[in-house]
Amino acid sequence: MLAETASPLFRAAPYGVFAANALAALLVPTFATPLPFGGDLITLVGLLGLGRFLLALAGLDVGTAFGGIGASREVMIAALAEPALLLVVFILASLGGSTDIPALAASLGAGGLRVSLGFALLALAMVALAECGRIPIDNPATHLELTMVHEAMVLEYGGRHLALIEWAAALKLLVYFTLIAALFVPWGLATPPWTAPALLFGAIAVLGKITIGAALLALVETSLAKMRVFRVPDFLAVALMLGALGVLLLFFAQVFASEGL
Amino acid sequence: MAFALDLDRLLAGGLLLMSFLLLYQDRLGSLIDLFAFQALLLALAVSWQAHLQDAPHLLIAASLALIVKSLIIPGALRRIIARLGIRNEIETALSVPQSLLLGLALTALALITTARLTPAAAALAREDVAFALAVVLLGLLIMVGRRNAIAQVVGFMSLENGLVLAASGARGMPLVVEISTALAVLISLIVTGVFIFRIRERFDTVDVAALEPHQGERG
Amino acid sequence: MSAALLILIPLLPALAALVLFVIRAETLARLLNIGTSAAMLAASLALALSPAPRRAGFLAADGLSLFFLLLSAFIGATSSLFSDGYLALERRAGRLSARGRRLYHAMFQGLMASLALALLADGTGMMWFGIELGTLSAVLIVGLYRTPAALEAAWKYFILGSVGIALALFGTILLYLAAASVVGEGSAAMRWDVLLAHARAFDPGLMDLAFVFLFLGYGTKAALVPLHAWLADAHAEGPTPVSAVLSGLLLNVAFYAIIRFKGIFNANPAALAPQPIMIGLGLLSLLFAALMLYRRRDLKRFFAYSSIEHMGLLAFGFGLGGAAANFAALWHLLMHGLTKSALFFLTGRLAQLRGSQKIADLGGLTATHPRLGVPLAIGMLAIAGLPPFGLFASEFLLISATLRTATAWLALPLVLGLLLAAGALLLRLGALAFPTSAAVPAPAQRGGARETSWRTVGPALLHLALVLWAGLAMPGRLAAWLDVLAHGIG
Repeated sequence: MLAETASPLFRAAPYGVFAANALAALLVPTFATPLPFGGDLITLVGLLGLGRFLLALAGLDVGTAFGGIGASREVMIAALAEPALLLVVFILASLGGSTDIPALAASLGAGGLRVSLGFALLALAMVALAECGRIPIDNPATHLELTMVHEAMVLEYGGRHLALIEWAAALKLLVYFTLIAALFVPWGLATPPWTAPALLFGAIAVLGKITIGAALLALVETSLAKMRVFRVPDFLAVALMLGALGVLLLFFAQVFASEGL
Repeated sequence: MAFALDLDRLLAGGLLLMSFLLLYQDRLGSLIDLFAFQALLLALAVSWQAHLQDAPHLLIAASLALIVKSLIIPGALRRIIARLGIRNEIETALSVPQSLLLGLALTALALITTARLTPAAAALAREDVAFALAVVLLGLLIMVGRRNAIAQVVGFMSLENGLVLAASGARGMPLVVEISTALAVLISLIVTGVFIFRIRERFDTVDVAALEPHQGERG
Repeated sequence: MSAALLILIPLLPALAALVLFVIRAETLARLLNIGTSAAMLAASLALALSPAPRRAGFLAADGLSLFFLLLSAFIGATSSLFSDGYLALERRAGRLSARGRRLYHAMFQGLMASLALALLADGTGMMWFGIELGTLSAVLIVGLYRTPAALEAAWKYFILGSVGIALALFGTILLYLAAASVVGEGSAAMRWDVLLAHARAFDPGLMDLAFVFLFLGYGTKAALVPLHAWLADAHAEGPTPVSAVLSGLLLNVAFYAIIRFKGIFNANPAALAPQPIMIGLGLLSLLFAALMLYRRRDLKRFFAYSSIEHMGLLAFGFGLGGAAANFAALWHLLMHGLTKSALFFLTGRLAQLRGSQKIADLGGLTATHPRLGVPLAIGMLAIAGLPPFGLFASEFLLISATLRTATAWLALPLVLGLLLAAGALLLRLGALAFPTSAAVPAPAQRGGARETSWRTVGPALLHLALVLWAGLAMPGRLAAWLDVLAHGIG
């Protein structure tokens, strides 16, 4: 069932969203490295952005009030989250010397503990909460239209379109889980030559990491209340500051180190 | 040794992170939780220093931080809040972006000064000093940015966490400092506890702005 | 002998504070308070006369600390005498409960103990500890009356004082780091003599950072101008004997710390020079406080701002450095401590009699209360720096020392500030001392002779007599001693 005001764009958007997110998922190593094709961090960010863009367009296209509200809120959150995400990418790239995710995973895994990495992790987690529409930014299970962000945008969808969109959203969450797991806890990844026990261990490891991540997400979601929309900029400002702080520390770590101490 | 330095830095950085979150937080309950966690990190950092420097007396300072700062004081503050029915929201003098930007600038200042001024000091102490200086400056900022008496006290105590971090990073510094810092915290808590009760008795609020009409002559 | 005295001087008031906190017998507590202060003064004198190496563990005394200790012990003793009479009247007026009086006695001795500890500490860490304890006891006394204004003053003092003390601790740690890389780790890197001897070799970068924090921290305690906000409230709202102690002792001890650190930073030519900063802040305090004097309507606040003005003078004098300026500043510190505490004694008594400390309510004092009003007028003439008194000598010496330096033009703002302050004091003196037609005091306000007993007027008269004597004939042995100290400060 489709709204009368919907254009062909409205019908095409779910496929585009799903394609973008599925492609993004392919770029993140789960249990083995390297990937057969380049898993670039910036491409990943771009693909996720493309998916969100299409969805926002579809929300506006249908011409109802809630679609518009949802799309404008979603774009506001995205615009605020993007700089923080880019700072995180910057930190990771300058620490790992690359934006290629498998290469990053390998070099960060060997690099030891770093303060700026800790800041990057926290900033990325906050961005992920915002981008995936989780509490405290948005509530994926809400039935109250006025507080919706993502759900308001897709309110007009039903049937297979809605299923694709929900699937794409779940994929996005998984992408962030595996991304954080691959970059910040890159242990257990199978490296070539791939052996069956190593691959099996990698698979178990990634399942374990995702389980822990999901448990932490549940903990966060149950212990926090959803914030009002106009407090979201403050939340993302903290993520941005953490990213900036990480960059600052990174810079000074090099200054401190360059004096041979 | 690389791991030793890394862990030391990570704990100090954690302290700094907590200061930033304290700066952002505008609920009393969460503020106190965060402070307790910062004190816990401080205890870990000081114990790690005790291990690195082979200085067991630092463990006393660490356990003081753990017991007094992360358990007793937050507990007492929570009880005061519960008994007095203090509102959870904190009146802030600065908006969140303002205070975060100022905090970032202060951290940069701390890092620049330590990086520029102290090439002769030992690496370990120097990075501790950089982080400690940042925590001290952020503590000041927290105090300036809040109108609530309890929030100001928390800001002051986080400032003191920075001091203890610096003192524990200074190799061979006599114990006098650690004990006196802990003592100061204890006494300051008593003092402020008294004050908060008195303030409440008279004004029905712990917002220090309520005291201003009673300032008498300005200045 | 000297080691035992060193330990005894801070320990005696500390023990007395504990006892005073517990005992309920009023008469015993009063006697104990006065007795302890007198014993502390006697012990300080004995310490000053004992042979030279005065050292015991963390404690040590040299000329500079003895000078400050003697001054503190003397003002402490006279203050305890005055506060005895003051408290008796407060009790009769029902303004202070028995518990409040007990807290007052205990905290007074606690303050004395911590100040003695700070002055006798042989190093940066121990001195910090003493000043920290002194701040806490002072906060408790300032808030003693529990009125909203007193609580506001105490809270302000507590917050600013704690921040100051925390910054000073950070500076102390940084100075330790600078010293530890030269003289080795351990308590030696905190001792005054070690620091002074090796300061030349310290890392200038660390010294600069330490300097900033130490001067911010102890400058707050000394109420130099951008950091002075706590002082007026704390003086005006606390019990009057404590205002005298704050101005006469606590500010001086903060200055003691500044002088000590100034010597150390001076010894390192590569580090930031303390002179310009101290001179700048000193002149700023002097001019700012002198202007603010014209706008005060509360007599205790008026004298509190006068204290800021004189702290500015001291910062200027010690900042200028050199034997002549140091001598003038030391002399000024002594004279100001004596005169200002005398003024607070008299003001406190008058405020009790008139039931107000507003200048407008205190007119015509020489007519209504000649035994208090005349000394008050004399004290105000003295604090304004007029000739027969000791402060004239010190200010004159300071100006002439300034004129002999390469930066003689600094005398211009100095003299301007002194004249402004003197003008304000003389202006208020007229209003306070002489009856005007608008403020004819009612007969009921007249104080009886019994109300001005020797306990309340005696200490003030003693202080003023000393200041007058010092101004008429500068005692030779004292001057010689201060001259030696002035050369030592550098």
